[in-house]
Amino acid sequence: MATTITMPQLGETVTEGTVAQWLKKIGDSVEKYEAFVEVSTDKVNAEVPSPVTGVIRELIVKEGETVATGAPIAIIDEVSASTTPGPNGSASPSEQVAAQGAVDTGAQRPAQGDAIDTVGAAAASNGSSAGSNGNGPGGVRVSPAVRRLAREHQIDVSRVRGSGDHGRITANDIIAAANAGPSAGVAATITADNPEYVAKTAPANAPAAPGRSTYDSARPGDLIPLTQARKIIAQRMVESKHTAPHAWTMVEVDVTNVWKWRAREKDAFEKTHGVKLTLLPFFIRAAVESLAAFPLMNASYTDEGIRVHREVNVGLAIAADGNLIVPVIRGADQLTVKGLALAAGALIDKARRGKLGADDLAGGTFTVNNTGANGSILSAPILVPGQTGIVTTEAVVKRPVVRDDDAIAIRSMMNVCLSLDHRVVDGAVASGFLFDLKKRLEAMGPGGSL
Amino acid sequence: MTATAQQTGATVMTNVEAVRSTLHDALVRDDRVLIMGEDVGARGNVFLITKGFLEEFGPERIIDTPLAEASIVGVAIGMAMEGLRPIAEIQFADFIYPAFNQIVGEAAKTRYRSNGDYTCPMVIRTPYGGGVRGALSHSVSIEALFYHVPGLTILAPSTPADIKGLLNAAIECPDPVLFLEHKKTYRSVKGEVPAGYYTIPIGKADVKKAGTHVTVVSYGYNLHQALDAANRLEGEGISIEVIDLRSIRPMDKTTILASVRKTRKLLIIHEDNKFGGIGAEISAMVAEEALFDLDAPIRRLCGPDVPAMGYALTLEEEFMTSTEQMVDAMRDLAKF
Repeated sequence: MATTITMPQLGETVTEGTVAQWLKKIGDSVEKYEAFVEVSTDKVNAEVPSPVTGVIRELIVKEGETVATGAPIAIIDEVSASTTPGPNGSASPSEQVAAQGAVDTGAQRPAQGDAIDTVGAAAASNGSSAGSNGNGPGGVRVSPAVRRLAREHQIDVSRVRGSGDHGRITANDIIAAANAGPSAGVAATITADNPEYVAKTAPANAPAAPGRSTYDSARPGDLIPLTQARKIIAQRMVESKHTAPHAWTMVEVDVTNVWKWRAREKDAFEKTHGVKLTLLPFFIRAAVESLAAFPLMNASYTDEGIRVHREVNVGLAIAADGNLIVPVIRGADQLTVKGLALAAGALIDKARRGKLGADDLAGGTFTVNNTGANGSILSAPILVPGQTGIVTTEAVVKRPVVRDDDAIAIRSMMNVCLSLDHRVVDGAVASGFLFDLKKRLEAMGPGGSL
Repeated sequence: MTATAQQTGATVMTNVEAVRSTLHDALVRDDRVLIMGEDVGARGNVFLITKGFLEEFGPERIIDTPLAEASIVGVAIGMAMEGLRPIAEIQFADFIYPAFNQIVGEAAKTRYRSNGDYTCPMVIRTPYGGGVRGALSHSVSIEALFYHVPGLTILAPSTPADIKGLLNAAIECPDPVLFLEHKKTYRSVKGEVPAGYYTIPIGKADVKKAGTHVTVVSYGYNLHQALDAANRLEGEGISIEVIDLRSIRPMDKTTILASVRKTRKLLIIHEDNKFGGIGAEISAMVAEEALFDLDAPIRRLCGPDVPAMGYALTLEEEFMTSTEQMVDAMRDLAKF
C-alpha cells in the first residue's frame, strides 16, 4: 500500500516548510518513526519521522524546495504483515520487493532489474521453504550481525555463498568475503564453484576518508559547507543590516541593589523551582515596563506605517549547537520576575536539548541579548528583522563610583547597550527608553516581590 | 590430592564439604556468625553439613528452630539488623514459600526503608534443584521467584572453590543474600579448594571454558553437564565457551556481552522452567545491548512448564535437560 507523506505543520503558525535534506533515497527502507527527511521552517530545523514502515518510492519535493504544509512530499510503499510473503506466496511481486526492502541488509545492491528479480524470487521461495533459520536457499534474509558486518564491509550479501545451515550466510562468511576482498572495482571468485562476489566500492586498505571540518571543529584550509541554519542566520543578518538603519546607544546601570536581591533569593529559588535565578528576569521585567512607557520601542516599520504591537514578546538571543537562536517569551509584560525566570529557563533548556518548535521562535517584538555572559562590556547588536530595539546586558563589574554626595563607593555596574531602527524612533525616544530602563533597574532591590 | 593441589595448599573436596568447611571457618573466625534452621543442631543438618557444630559452638550459635520458615527468616532479619551475622538455613528450597514475605517484603527492603540506617547482613542458604529422585517437594528451583526483587543478591555457585569464595562473600555482604546450593552437585562434584580465607566478588561470572563458536551461559548442576557437552564437541572441531553465571543477581553483563560479541551465538541453559526464568532476562539483555552482534536467534534449554518434577524416573528425566540434548543444541547453533 502506498502512503503519501505530506509536509508537516511544524508549529501552529507555520504555513510552509523547506525540505532541507532527504535522509533516505528512493528505494531505501524506512522504519515507522525513523527520521527520513529534515525540514526547515523560518528558523527551526526538524527531522520528520516516517508514519509508516516501508520503502521510499518517490521523493516529490527536491532539497531546498519550499512547499505549503499539507502538500505531498514523498510516497512510501508501506510494508505490513499482510504483504509479507506468506506460505501461499500470494503477495504480488511488487509487494514482495517491498517486503524484502523492509529487511534489507543495508548493503549496496545493484540498482537494476536482475537484482530485484533475484530478491523477488528469493522472497517467493521463502514462502514455501522458510525454516527456523528464516533463510531460504539463495535468500537474503540475514541475521543482525550479518547485516551489520555487510554494511561495515560494504559486502553485497546476495552474492555471498552461505556456509551455514541450509546455505544461510553467517557472520563468518561476511568476514571471509571481506578478507578475500579485491581492490576497488574488481570482482573476484572466492571458491571454485563460482559463488559470486561483488567487490567493495573502496579498497579494504584505503585510508579512511579524512573527516571534513564542521562548524564546531573548524580546521584551517578547509571549506565548511553551509548548514541550513547558518544560511538562514546569514540571510537574516544581511537583511536586517541592509534594511534597518542601525543607531546605537548605551547607559551605565548601578545593579548593586538588584544584585543583592538576586543573591538573597537565588538559593531558595533554585531549590523550589529547579531553575537558576539570574539577573536576566529582573532585567526583562524592567525592560517590559519601559516598553509600556515607550510603546514605539515595541513596534515594526512597514511601508504602510509603523505598527505598534499590542503584545510584548521578548526574544532571548542564545547560542545553541553553534547557531544563534532567538526563542521568544510571549506576553512577557504579563509575567512577574519569577514568571520570567521560569519561562526563560524553560526556553533555554529546550534550546539546549534542540527541542524548540517553530512557535517558540515566532512573534518576537523586542530582543534581549545577554552578551555579558561571555565577559563582554560593550556590544553593538544587530536587530532582529522587523523589530525596533535590541538591548544587551553586559558583564556586571565592580567599579569605584562617585555618588551624588561626592562620596566614592564600590558599586556593581553593568552597561546596557541598545541598537535601534532609526526609521522607527529617533535618539530622543531611544535614549528616553534606555534611561527609563536604567532607573527601573536601579530602583529594584531587596524587599521587592519576585 | 593432585600434585598441583599439594603445591598450592589446595584441598580436593566435594561441594557439600566446601559448604561445611566454609561455614565452620566462619564460625571460628567471627563471633557474630550463627547458624539457625531446621535440624541444623542435634541432627547436624539433613546433608550432615553442620554435624558436630552444636557441640563445638553451643546452642546459642547453632540454633534448632521449629518448622516455621517465616520465623527462621524473620528472627534472622532482626539479628542481622542488630549486628549479628545470621546464616539461616531453609532445609529444602521447596519450603521457602512461607518465608517469602520476610525475604521480599522485609529483608530486601531494610536498607531502603531505613534510608541506610539499617542493613540486613544475613545469608539464607538452601539446597535446590532436582535429579535426585526428590519428587515434588525436594526438587524445585526457586531463583526466578526471587529474581525480580531489587535488594536481594542471589548466588548459585557450582564448584567447591566458588562455593567457598562466594559463601565467604555472602557472609561479608552487608545486605541479604540468597545462597543456592544445587543438591545434585553436593556429592557428585569435586574440585580443588584453595587454602585460607578468600572471597570471590559477587556479580562476577566465570568463563569455565573458553571457546569461539557458541557462548553457553549456565549455572548449578546444568553447568557441569554443559562443560561435559562442550568437551565432547571438541572432538568435532566445535569450540564452545561456557560461562558459569555463579551470581544470578546481580548479573555479570560485561562477561556475557564480551563473550556473545565474540561468538555471536548464545545458548542459555538452566533447570528452572523457561517461562519468565533467568534465561529470559539474559536474552532480553543481550537483545537490547548486542543485537547487531548476534548471528543466530538466542536459544534456551530449560525445564518444562509443568507444576513440579515427578517422582517417576521417566518424569524426572523428562524434566532434567540431558547432556545429549545440550550437545545437540550446541552443535545446531554452531552450524547454524
